[in-house]
Amino acid sequence: MSAESFWSYLFAKSTTGRQVDILFWTLILVTLAFSIPIVGTLTYFVFKYRRKSPDEVPPQIHGSNLLEITWTGIPLIMALGFFFFSATTYLHMVVPPANAMDIWVIGKQWMWKTQQPDGQWEINELHVPVNTPVRLTMTSQDVIHAFYIPAFRTQWDVLPGRYSTMWFQATEVGTYHLYCSVYCGTEHSEMVGWVTVMDPGDYEKWLAGKAATASAAGQPVQTPAQQGEALFQSNGCATCHVQAGGGIGPSLKGVAGSQVQLEDGSTVTADDTYLRESILQPAAKVVKGYPNVMPSFQGRVTEEQIIALLAYIKSLK
Amino acid sequence: MASVALPAPRKTTSRNYLNAATTVKSWLLTTDHKRIAILYLISISVMFVLGGAAAGLIRLQLLTPNNTLLTYDAYNKSFTMHGVIMVFFFLIPSIPAVLGNFILPMQLGAKDLAFPRLNLLSWYVYMVGAIFTLVALLWGGVDTGWTFYTPYSTQYSATAVIPVGLGVFIVGFSSILTGLNFIATIHTMRAPGLTWFRLPLFIWALYATSLVIMLGTPVISITVLMVAIDRILHVGIFDPALGGDPLLFQHLFWFYSHPAVYIMILPTMGVISEIFATFSRKPVFGYPFVAMSSLAIAILGFLVWAHHMFVAGISAQSALIFSFLTYLVAIPSAVKTFNWTATLYKGSISLDTPMIYALSFIGIFLIGGFTGLFLASLGTDIHLTMTYFIVAHFHYIMVGGAIFGFLAGLHYWWPKMTGKMYSEFWGRISSVVIFIGFNMTFFPQFIAGYWGMPRRYHTYAPEYQILNVLSTAGATILAVGYILPVIYLLASLRNGKPAGNNPWGATTLEWQTSSPPPTYNFLKTPIVTDAVYHFHLPAGDIAVDGHGDGQALGPGSAPATPALPAKTTDER
Repeated sequence: MSAESFWSYLFAKSTTGRQVDILFWTLILVTLAFSIPIVGTLTYFVFKYRRKSPDEVPPQIHGSNLLEITWTGIPLIMALGFFFFSATTYLHMVVPPANAMDIWVIGKQWMWKTQQPDGQWEINELHVPVNTPVRLTMTSQDVIHAFYIPAFRTQWDVLPGRYSTMWFQATEVGTYHLYCSVYCGTEHSEMVGWVTVMDPGDYEKWLAGKAATASAAGQPVQTPAQQGEALFQSNGCATCHVQAGGGIGPSLKGVAGSQVQLEDGSTVTADDTYLRESILQPAAKVVKGYPNVMPSFQGRVTEEQIIALLAYIKSLK
Repeated sequence: MASVALPAPRKTTSRNYLNAATTVKSWLLTTDHKRIAILYLISISVMFVLGGAAAGLIRLQLLTPNNTLLTYDAYNKSFTMHGVIMVFFFLIPSIPAVLGNFILPMQLGAKDLAFPRLNLLSWYVYMVGAIFTLVALLWGGVDTGWTFYTPYSTQYSATAVIPVGLGVFIVGFSSILTGLNFIATIHTMRAPGLTWFRLPLFIWALYATSLVIMLGTPVISITVLMVAIDRILHVGIFDPALGGDPLLFQHLFWFYSHPAVYIMILPTMGVISEIFATFSRKPVFGYPFVAMSSLAIAILGFLVWAHHMFVAGISAQSALIFSFLTYLVAIPSAVKTFNWTATLYKGSISLDTPMIYALSFIGIFLIGGFTGLFLASLGTDIHLTMTYFIVAHFHYIMVGGAIFGFLAGLHYWWPKMTGKMYSEFWGRISSVVIFIGFNMTFFPQFIAGYWGMPRRYHTYAPEYQILNVLSTAGATILAVGYILPVIYLLASLRNGKPAGNNPWGATTLEWQTSSPPPTYNFLKTPIVTDAVYHFHLPAGDIAVDGHGDGQALGPGSAPATPALPAKTTDER
């Protein structure tokens, strides 16, 4: 591992990271503003009121309701203020901008795989352009991991069986630590890598160069949707999910993101997690008007393939 | 009348709970709460040494960034062993089962706990749980971390998860029995005149703790049982591959394990209240507020568990609610701190060893508490959670809080428990060594965490080394600091000066009887005639002797006339 200097680290390298820093240092100030007077008062009392004789009896003071109200009320008001301050920062951190570029992440014991929008995979690395919002959609192939980029002041758990998202917008070109931050077994501390933030021009060149290398090696790069389409055919999905409708299964055209009516009368939003579940456990939520006959693809498609299938389904408009 | 000079040691028999019988059998089958407290003290001390040894291995491994002293698995097993032992077998029982067991009945003026045999049973249950866990840990160990997160623990870990889980399951019943016993005792066995708002604050703290134990512990027991079921039978409660929900485990786990932090810190707060009163000779400022804040913490403490899961995949709405509630739970702790500070105002302050520990506690608790706000705040928690920042934070609360409280209380009540005074000189030295060692160990970890060093890392990036070296050096000092009390406390048993009934001039009932106390604590049931912490009264006047019970101890030991209270005191 290489190093990330503390002085450079002090300034977050992402837009939301800067907000976190402001919150962090404000909290440090508040901590000092409360702690120093308390410790000072205690120290002063200890020296001022040291026992002078063994039989000294000090005045017996029992309390003061006014003081109790004061030192309950002031911290309460400040706590409310900080709650709103921190909640605002948080909401910025959890709601990605609509124009964010999409990166897929798969965690597995003990490595990270990341997929660029053009379909290329990286291992324990992530290259992104600077000043561009990036949304990560993440899942795990085994246990719980967490994708943590300290320089961006953000991390999120990566769970098996569902997709979690996080986003960031890097503000400075550079190379930053990438960690797994949820303990995931023997080589947890080896599940580390680097996030490389590049100028957009450099990033395009890097992507093209990587694609050219892959082509030269006889493995031309396909977009996730292209990969998904091939899988959709080879796994026989297209036999039932006829695009024009009228198949044994529902047409998948326009289904991604829509409201789906289920057999039990309820409605569900067809997000990534729902689509994924419908591939792996089709019986869990059966679409209204269709028979529950689809076989489970659990163990028959990899996480990478599911991501490609989702990309293809989303491309059906 | 204005004297609180140490009363001349009451003429007492030399018969006491320690020498009433001396066989091993008399100890192993005792139902005396004081003896059971001693059994617990020995047991948890052994566990502390084992947990500390595991911590030593962790700190040695982290001395250099790519150390190969321990293998991956040995390291992972070390921090799991450290966590499991320290949390379940030291911190949770420490103050309640040792100091609470010894002091609670005495502060109530009672002969024993309400269910003495249940009390003995709780120690045996503890021992069975401990042995189970230790055998499993030594028999290959377990590598899940003390948090047993699924699906790692249910599916992927190839280590002894089930035996250790059963150990945790079993020891939970020991806590439950103790909590039940305390609640029953506080309700039914208070001495005549000892009304609820005359109770020492240590009792209020133990009452709140017992509520948390009773309501929370069954949940962890069920949860580890479900982990075992999932692991053996592949039912799929927590395993997503079988349709289970790994987050359900985290909800259940933290529903207990967050309140468990209050099981550790509330008794400490009670100890601190006692010590601040005694060593400043003043009633605790705002007594009802300090008492009720313990209950507020116990209740609110059950409503904040999901703040451990802000990045785990809970919805933004629940994250906001749990962040808000977490801010609220900070308020009663702040109220206590302000009241303790105000207690010293115009006091008569004596810096004996227990008081130095208590003052150290305030400093450490301030840091531990305020860094908690960084983690309650959603924006900063997203960055800091799961890093060394959180490791530092909970060690400031759990070690700084619970262990400083335990040591403060142990030094405060040692003269009562043993009848001997320890070396005040060495007491002060060790308290300062522990304070320095503790801060040097854990303060650098805040910086490492802010800098992004994740917890539970066997190797780490080179820039974090200086902080880890500092931390390991601090841990070495801390270890010396922990060894010192063992030496001088044990030495005091042989060489210590007799303590007398009430060496600190304290006002609570346990100081009204001889040191060490007789088997049934009081030769005469005390009758309480005044509020607690009234230092203007000569210590003997806080309660007067009732009648009767002392005879149980045998002839010749009791004062002759069991006078009923003739005096009236100013009620306030």
